[in-house]
Amino acid sequence: MADKKWMPRWFYQLASPRWCYDITGKLLPFFAIAAVVMLVAGAVWALVFAPADYQQGNSFRIIYIHVPASILAQSCYMLMAVAGAIGLIWKMKVADMVAKSCAPIGATIAILSLATGAIWGKPTWGSWWVWDARLTSMLILFFLYLGIIALNSAIENAQTAAQSTAVLALVGLVNIPIIKYSVDWWNTLHQPATFTLTERPAMPSEMWVPLLVMVIGFYCFFAVAMMLRLRNEIIQRERRSSWVRDLITG
Amino acid sequence: MKDTVPNQPANNEMASEYKVDGPFLGALKRDLLLSYRRKSDLVNPLIFFLMVATLFPLGVSPDPGFLAEVAPGVVWVAALLATLLSMDSLFRSDFEDGTLEQMLLSPQPLYMVVLAKVLAHWMLTGLPLTLLAPLLGVMLFLPADGMSGLVISLLLGTPTLSLVGAIGAALTVGLRKGGVLISLLVLPLYIPVLIFGSAAVQGAVTGLPLGGYFAILGAMLSLGLVMAPLAIGAALRISVSG
Repeated sequence: MADKKWMPRWFYQLASPRWCYDITGKLLPFFAIAAVVMLVAGAVWALVFAPADYQQGNSFRIIYIHVPASILAQSCYMLMAVAGAIGLIWKMKVADMVAKSCAPIGATIAILSLATGAIWGKPTWGSWWVWDARLTSMLILFFLYLGIIALNSAIENAQTAAQSTAVLALVGLVNIPIIKYSVDWWNTLHQPATFTLTERPAMPSEMWVPLLVMVIGFYCFFAVAMMLRLRNEIIQRERRSSWVRDLITG
Repeated sequence: MKDTVPNQPANNEMASEYKVDGPFLGALKRDLLLSYRRKSDLVNPLIFFLMVATLFPLGVSPDPGFLAEVAPGVVWVAALLATLLSMDSLFRSDFEDGTLEQMLLSPQPLYMVVLAKVLAHWMLTGLPLTLLAPLLGVMLFLPADGMSGLVISLLLGTPTLSLVGAIGAALTVGLRKGGVLISLLVLPLYIPVLIFGSAAVQGAVTGLPLGGYFAILGAMLSLGLVMAPLAIGAALRISVSG
């Protein structure tokens, strides 16, 4: 198949559940160690050594949980939608399983983001919740996750469930730019983005470097959680294949 | 010759007039005709719409000042729920008697067929709801200035609700208990339409310029018209094959 050479070999290998199981098994310890180191170091740095905010005092420190969780909740949704699209287009079982593994993690992270936001909102804005564009669109993201989980569990056939949820996830993708730009389009109470790719953050480096460490730590944690779920899913779906039986009987 | 098959011309005179419709018109006429023959289903969403709007003065407060304030949101929420309620039946009967499968197998573009079905659905739910909305507005003491905003926002918003709801209906058509699930899938996507729809009515009441709201509602409708039939078609294929 000379005309297919432009696709790298690993792309095809990813389609094999067995290969995917092996490679995630090898990657898992690295990501787990990285996640623990980053999260512990980042948290200590952020909560103890970073300077207090001149306006908000120590209450601003919840930013070190809130911002990584919010970023991750959106990234997780995008990964889920992209994996779903790959599953729809190339009929890759592993991509379906990745998408399925993302949904519960994403929902949890989204609720973490909403909860930390509420806790932060109480001392700063004086109320747990305001119906502003950023908060509402984040809540919609959480609802979308719930809808995807509900649809996935309602359909018994695993392949149909994966394809249906992929379509729903792709439709829901329309919400992601709304969340992203809600603080620019509307005059919201929520402050604008903390990190952008093009500009330096508005806060001093003693504040944003630990935040960056926490963001990377959250991503590593997500990778670990996702791979664990993915491996479970692979084992469960491939339980009739010989390599899984060999694996279990030893 | 009264017992002829409906789609076969009875005599030559009719045959010259008889013309096969394209996929869009054909599906549209068929759906409208089928709904016309089951008239009670047509009225149900409208009755629901009226009843839900009645709950608010009784349940919250009958004070005219308060009602005038919440009327835009109440009418919009009631319209949204009524649309949602009618969504489940959009593909259900076609799925159950096998027509849907034939539609998917036919060489006609699915995009057109789906678009026609959604248009028929909107003509039978969204459009009557829009026409009934001023009555509800009066019942809820909506100021007269708000009426035009209410009707135009519903006219632009309800087709989007039908298009988005059809995605949910297509995804759940293969399931026995699609009803509640549809709401879970579709309601998050309805929220933006609700926000701008009721904001347009509020704006009309307070005398703000409405062009922006209508532009956004129109943009959502355009996006829905272009993209939603693709998603509905894909979802139908998945549901029917699964």
